[in-house]
Amino acid sequence: MAERLELNDVAWQRVSKRLIISEYVGAVISAAIFITLGLIFTSLFQSWGIWIVAAVGVITVITMVIIPRRIMAIGYQLRADDLLFRRGILFQRFVAVPYGRMQLVDINRGPLSRMLGLSELKFVTAAASTGVVIPGLREADAEALRDKLVALAETRRAGL
Amino acid sequence: MSDVPPFEPVAPATTASLGGRLADGEWHRLHPASPLLKGGIALIAILGVVIANLRERIIDIFVPRYGYDGDPVDFVVNNGLLGWTLLAIVVVLLALIAGFYFSWRMHTFRITNEVVEVRSGILFRTNRKARLDRIQGINIVRPMFARLFGAAKLEISQAGQDANVQLSYLGSSAADDLRREILRLASGTHETASPQRVAAGAAGETVIERRVHEFLAPELDVDAAAPQSIVKLHLGRLIGSLVLSNNTLILVILAIVAVVWVVVTGEFFVLFFALPMVIGFGSFYVRRFTKSLRYSIAGTPDGIRVGFGLLSTSNETLPPGRIHSVQVSQPLLWRGPGWWEIKVNRASHSSTKGAGGEENTTILPVGDRTDVRRVLELILPELLAPSAGVSEYGPAQDEFRDDAAAHDHGRDVPGNGDRSDRSEALRAIESGLEAKGSSDDGFTNSPRRAAVLRWFSWRRNGFAITPGSLVLRKGSIWRQLVIVPQPRLQSVSLHQGPLLRMLRLAEVHLHTVSGPISASLGAIDRDDAVKFFDDVAHVAVSAAQSDTSHRWRAGEQPA
Repeated sequence: MAERLELNDVAWQRVSKRLIISEYVGAVISAAIFITLGLIFTSLFQSWGIWIVAAVGVITVITMVIIPRRIMAIGYQLRADDLLFRRGILFQRFVAVPYGRMQLVDINRGPLSRMLGLSELKFVTAAASTGVVIPGLREADAEALRDKLVALAETRRAGL
Repeated sequence: MSDVPPFEPVAPATTASLGGRLADGEWHRLHPASPLLKGGIALIAILGVVIANLRERIIDIFVPRYGYDGDPVDFVVNNGLLGWTLLAIVVVLLALIAGFYFSWRMHTFRITNEVVEVRSGILFRTNRKARLDRIQGINIVRPMFARLFGAAKLEISQAGQDANVQLSYLGSSAADDLRREILRLASGTHETASPQRVAAGAAGETVIERRVHEFLAPELDVDAAAPQSIVKLHLGRLIGSLVLSNNTLILVILAIVAVVWVVVTGEFFVLFFALPMVIGFGSFYVRRFTKSLRYSIAGTPDGIRVGFGLLSTSNETLPPGRIHSVQVSQPLLWRGPGWWEIKVNRASHSSTKGAGGEENTTILPVGDRTDVRRVLELILPELLAPSAGVSEYGPAQDEFRDDAAAHDHGRDVPGNGDRSDRSEALRAIESGLEAKGSSDDGFTNSPRRAAVLRWFSWRRNGFAITPGSLVLRKGSIWRQLVIVPQPRLQSVSLHQGPLLRMLRLAEVHLHTVSGPISASLGAIDRDDAVKFFDDVAHVAVSAAQSDTSHRWRAGEQPA
């Protein structure tokens, strides 16, 4: 397979490794729910239901293997005039957003991320398809990044 | 709490009559006939229905013919309640009329140098302020009924859902004056207000003559520059474009399927679906036809004006820099006559439907190559801008910014454009429209291996960076060309999935505000794509910083 996409001269900032824990917990919880449902279905109705349980198990294992690589593939960089963001291993996506295009910045925290002290930062422009969401930032980092982005956007403000 | 705006006008608001300056920062009222035009028709209709129903009964009172069973009107008539019922109806109507009157009294607006402000509502008051430099367009709509009264609806479009400011209704010529004044204030020009224009028509004209004159004139705003439409949409071409549209293609295919079905199976029940289909397609054709009648597009100092409509007319001014992306496309059957359609993405969502019954996004319903070129020159003056260092972003970037800024200030671009650059940008567009694609046509096209994904179009599937714009060319059967003005670009992204990776290809998306156009280009060489991504990221920043179109005439010197 041919090599992956890579941009020149970019020093990527990576997200916190603690996000891996949070993703693991999420994967385990959803796997547990599906396996329980599958087992109940198997014991009450059909014996072939066990194959569903097996499939869920295999998918979970694959997800578990991929999670660390997927998390470490997320990166961002604050360049002089724009924010660069990347994510994805198999389906790679790179986005460049000029700071002046910022309409607002959101910081979200789920219950699990809050326990781990993580936040998710969402950068919103006038285009719905921009879709820059940086997960797994430490709370202090997320707030510092938000303030920095707002300040940068203020100095480079542009119209729509 | 101290900054809550006063809910009652301090000074008595004046009525928006014909003449009189409306954009003077004072509070004004709408046209006195507004309540009638907005809801009065419904009241008249209710009254009409009641009378029409009772009329039969009134006749029946004198000529009784048959018994009444279960009809409320019969009950009323039988029990001698006719008088009471009529009284109740009259009371309700009077209450409604009073409500309309008060809502008109309480509905006031003012235009200052910074904002448009509207206050309305009787019990629940609303107060809406809209910044002038964020205006996305001003639409003047004249529904047929309102036109008879010489009234017009003014709609100021703003970015966002349900964010428009509607002033319905104003006097017809007052609406034109008001639009010109708002645009003048919004443009940031130093030019002072033009002296009050003498009312259209000679003083000796009677009211009726003036109405007739207004009704027949396509455009009331006679003093705006270049009111002549640059495109003539002939009736024949309009009908032809409808006959050859993609819908016709679908209709023909459906008809063939139906005929084959009937012949093969001998069952005729398929024909039951024919009626709703005929109605559906018929209404599409009729709507599109009537909406595109009397189409006109012209340039004014404050942007492009697009008008259409025969009985109910609509006529919208889009200030410069309010068009976020442009798509020139050609349905399959239009290839023979060589017709094209132009659509745009805009930040605002007008409540008034445009040509073709869609949102106001179709700028040119149908036109040939010359029309396309004229319209593009009008809506994308930056295509003709002089440029420096478009291909090298490093050292030449500052120079590029200055030039872009200088161009944005001067609207008379064609005069100061550099010949070679202009021909370069135009050549890119021209070859973008019809060329089969080659290695030296100004576009960076897909490599041969992309033919796996783009069977017919890989030769012409490509992109180009022209001064001021980004151009994407795609499609060989359904040809299209997408142009994104650089200062309007919100962000850019680069994608690659497993299939594209195996073929060493990638995909680039240019993000603009949402609309009918999505500016994306798939299956281009990965190194080209990475370079394009980098280049676009650079020009997006520099173009946004040098953009002054939110106050598009601020750079002009006072005359």
